[in-house]
Order: sequence, then structure tokens, then C-alpha cells
Amino acid sequence: MEQPSASAIRKSVAGNKTRDKVFAIVGLISTFIGMLTLAALLFDLSVDGLSRMKPHFFTSFPSRFAGQAGILSSWVGTILVMIVTALAAVPIGIGAGVYLEEYAPKNWVTALIEINIANLAGVPSIVYGLMALGLFVYQFKFGQSILSAGLTLALLILPIIIVATRESLRAVPGSMREAAYALGATKWQTTSDHVLPYSMGGILTGVIIGLSRAIGETAPLITIGALTFIAFLPDAPVKAEFPFISFDWLWSPYSVMPIQMFNWVSRPQAEFHLNAAATGLVLMVMTLAMNAVAIYFRYRFRKRIKW
Amino acid sequence: MSKSEVAIDYTDVRERIRSHSGSVASRKIRERIIEGGMFLCAVFSVAVTVGIVWVLVYESWNFFRNVSLIDFLTDTQWTVLFENPRYGILPLVTGTLVTSMIALVVALPLGTIIAIYLSEYANSTVREILKPILELLSAVPTVVFGYFALLFVTPMLQNILPELPGFNMLSAGIVIGIMIVPYVSSLSEDAMKAVPVTIREGSYAMGATRVQTALRVLMPAAFSGIASAYVLGFSRAVGETMVVALAAGTQPNLTLNPMEGAATITAYIVQVSLGDLPHGSIAYQSIFAAGLTLMVMTLVFNIGGYFLRKRFREVY
Repeated sequence: MEQPSASAIRKSVAGNKTRDKVFAIVGLISTFIGMLTLAALLFDLSVDGLSRMKPHFFTSFPSRFAGQAGILSSWVGTILVMIVTALAAVPIGIGAGVYLEEYAPKNWVTALIEINIANLAGVPSIVYGLMALGLFVYQFKFGQSILSAGLTLALLILPIIIVATRESLRAVPGSMREAAYALGATKWQTTSDHVLPYSMGGILTGVIIGLSRAIGETAPLITIGALTFIAFLPDAPVKAEFPFISFDWLWSPYSVMPIQMFNWVSRPQAEFHLNAAATGLVLMVMTLAMNAVAIYFRYRFRKRIKW
Repeated sequence: MSKSEVAIDYTDVRERIRSHSGSVASRKIRERIIEGGMFLCAVFSVAVTVGIVWVLVYESWNFFRNVSLIDFLTDTQWTVLFENPRYGILPLVTGTLVTSMIALVVALPLGTIIAIYLSEYANSTVREILKPILELLSAVPTVVFGYFALLFVTPMLQNILPELPGFNMLSAGIVIGIMIVPYVSSLSEDAMKAVPVTIREGSYAMGATRVQTALRVLMPAAFSGIASAYVLGFSRAVGETMVVALAAGTQPNLTLNPMEGAATITAYIVQVSLGDLPHGSIAYQSIFAAGLTLMVMTLVFNIGGYFLRKRFREVY
């Protein structure tokens, strides 16, 4: 075989090095495309939406007149739905996570549950909506209510909470558990008094990320019949007269912010697009803030705990 | 502190354990109840899957008692809400595939390049800053992305392509693509990170540059993980609803031209749900048949991905 000349080798090495540098730049640009989109998104929403961001936007019901319309019924709806979602998803999610990580024997039942959770995470959100329409709305007769909506979103974020719980439990070293057993603690005492407190940071992160996902979710709520025009608030949960607490709001029709936004975007008039932008801005601020808190938690707990 | 105070009174300790934890028998029962409760939580996730499959299959079964499966799969018109309804799912399937393909054309190269950049080029400080910001992209509510596609990306594209209609699959696909970049990049990066350092060092020792190492050594070695990332990206794109419902329109349209508007399976479900359809009507059942089709599509792709991964799996 003919030996390549020294200059040819030098040329090829230089070429390789150039390609390496070019790729570094391409990589940086690609990363910035993602961030640029995020910036463009926020900028676009702010330009259109900020003019609508006045107190009355948050204290008015939707209206035929874009200028008078507000998001009162939808932000109240979002909060009530989130309460139901959190109350349903957090205990079940953490329970399932603790079982799979701390208790589950290695057998086919456990394997089935694990495969199932991995698959559930990949199911499109609208399919959850169809399931809830058939099951919650018509089979269980919950109707098109806050209860149906909250439970649907709870099922949707269950895999997120389970996976986060498992990951943070796994990060607690076995020596912690062994120390507790050595002192005579039972399995549950070990888990609840030692393992869970150490993994609270990670679990909390998962819960916040799950809820932030639920706040922005639109498609499944459309299928189960969230309304786009609600000019009243659900029954108040706290009453002046006995028994002071009422659960009638669970059965109330509702709207939530993403649905309200969807409705305004799909209208042809440009004034309603401004309302949509303002609603989108509120949604973005909420989800980004929740994610920022989650990132901060993850960072802080990772830094503080040194095993 | 004097010595007598430190000495332990064992009867007292036993008493305190008992009052804290109850007798051995009651403690055992309590442990069992707690374990059983948590087992039920875990089994609940299986019940969710059963519920999904049951509802989809049951309502689709009712649908297919009125509509023949052959019409469903071969007819080229989907006009369920019209006077003379025709039930051919093909236009919805092509709409879904075209938007998903555009999304993948955007997301796979971008996501892979970002993954290589973050795992091979960026130092840890840059990575710690860039990665969370990038992941915020997947936290943005999809309806906001729909707004963005319809009222920002489409007008922008219309400056370049003046004949582009207001509803088109191109802008919906591009926006979905950017939306799923974090899914692709983060899983691909994890896969590349998992390749043993010795393999990387071997490549560098042969005089390869970082880009040569990444493309010719790491990508083949991490193929199985990268393929999972691509499959997940596809699943997300196929199931995406709000962006297509807002930006691609709700008109079923049998076309492969991304410059046209066309309804996807998900957009059709949204369109029907927005109206007030009587429970039990064929149109009501049709959204479940559409949902089942969506599930089958993702399932087929996931199974394909599984065999691909098995075929190319590298074990270290």
C-alpha cells in the first residue's frame, strides 16, 4: 500500500479539526434554537397579551365583548380542579412508588406493574380523556364536573409522580435502612421515619412537575366536556351556616384557563386573540414558575445531602 | 451528669417501645394493612390501563357494529358529521402521519445534535444551565404552542411561502417538532453518557476527533437508547392534540402535501367533543374508534422500535 505523504496527513488532520469546530458551533446553534423559540413564545405572548393584563381581566367572566371578557371563572376552575388532582394523585402516586421500591417482591406481578407504568407514561393525553368520558362521565355518572376533570388529570400525572418517588427513594443508601432495622424499627417505621423524609425533596419535585403539567393540559378536558363559556362560580366550599363545609362544588360545571385560551384562539376576531395571549401569559408564568421551583428543589436537595 | 442518671432502666425502655409501637401482634397487623394499602395503589395503575383498553374497545365495538371494518380502513372520506356519513379513517391517518413526520424531521436532527453537544462538547457548568432551560420547552402548555403555531409561525412562513393557507400542517409539524426536542435530546444524551468511557478513550487514542467519536463510535454503541428516544418522540408527535387542532385545521383531507390543512385523529376527537353529541350516537362512538386507531398506531411503532433495539443492542 502506498504511504500517504506527510502533507496529506497534515491536511486530513486539519480538516478533521475544522469539522470538529464546525460541529461545536452547530451544536451551540441547535441548543439556542430551542431557547430562541421559548424566548419568541414569551415575547409574542407579552406583546399581544400585556395590554389586557389589568385587574378586571382577573375579576370578570367571559363575555361576547373581548374588551370586557376576563378569566375569573377559569382561574377559579383551574384551582379547584388542581385541588382534586393533587388530593387524588399524590397519595396514590407516592403509595405506589413506595410499594414498588421498598416492598415489592421480585415476581411477575411487580414486573407487570412496572411495564404498565412505563407504558402509561407514553399514552397520549387525549386517550385519557376518552377513557374518562366513557368511565367517569357516563359509567360512574360524575357528569361534566370538576370531580371528573380532577380525577382525569390525576390519572394523567400518576406515572410522573410514581417515577419521581421511585427515583428519589432509590437514592437513599441501604445503610440508612439497615441502621433503622438494627434498632428494631419495623419496615413501615423505617420507611416513614427515615427513608421518606430523606427523599421528600425528589418526591416534591415530581409532584410539582406533575401538577404543572396538569395545569396546562387541555385535550382530555375538552373530551370530557369542560365548558368554554361559564358566567358563574362553583358553589363555595366554605359556608357561613352549619355544617360550614360543602362539597357541592365537586359536581359543578367548570372551565379552566387552557380551555378558555383555546376558545379565544379559535375565534376569528383578533381582539379575542389578545385575550388568548394574556391567558397564555398567565399559564406560562404559572408553569415556568412551578418548574423553576422544582429545579431549585432538585438542585438544593442534591447539594445538601452528602451521604 | 452523674453516672446513675445515664444507666438505663430496661423496664422503662420496653414500656416506651410498647407505647410507641403497640404489641408485636398489633404491630404486625398494622404493617400488613399499610403494605396492602400501598400494594393497592400500585395495582391501581394497572386498573387505569384496563379502563383505557376496556372503554376504547367497548365503544369501538359498538361503532363497528354499524360501520364495516373494511369501509373504515379503505374508504377515502371521513364525513361522520355530514348528511351522508362516510367512515374512512385514511384522511385522518395521513393527516396524523404528515404532521408527525414534519415534527420528526425537525426534532430528530436537532435533538441528536443537542444531545451530542451536551454530552461530548459542553462542560458541566454549561450543561447544568442549558439542560433545565431546554427542558422548560416540554413544560409549556400545548395550547400555548398552538397559539404560537397559528398566530406566529404561520404568518412568518407566509412571508416566505405566500400561497400557504392559514391552516396548514407545515407550521403545526414544525412547532410539534420543537416541542419534542427535549424528549429526544435528553434520552439520547443519557444513552450516550452510558457508553463506557473506555470505548470513548479508545476512539480518541486512535486520533479521532470529538465529532468522529460521537458519530461513528458513540451513536452506534448507544443506538438502542437513541432509538427509544426517537420512538418516544414519535409517540408524542402522534398524540399531540392542541397544536394540530388549532394550526392544522379540522377539515379531513386525504393529502400528503404539508402545505395544506388537514385534520389529524386527535383534532377530529377535539372537534367532535366541542359539539354537543348525544351519548351513544355513531358520531360519539366514532371518537373512540379514532382513539383506538391512535393507540394501535403508537403500539405498532413501539413494538417496531422494540425489535429494532433488540436487533442492535450492544452489551458491555
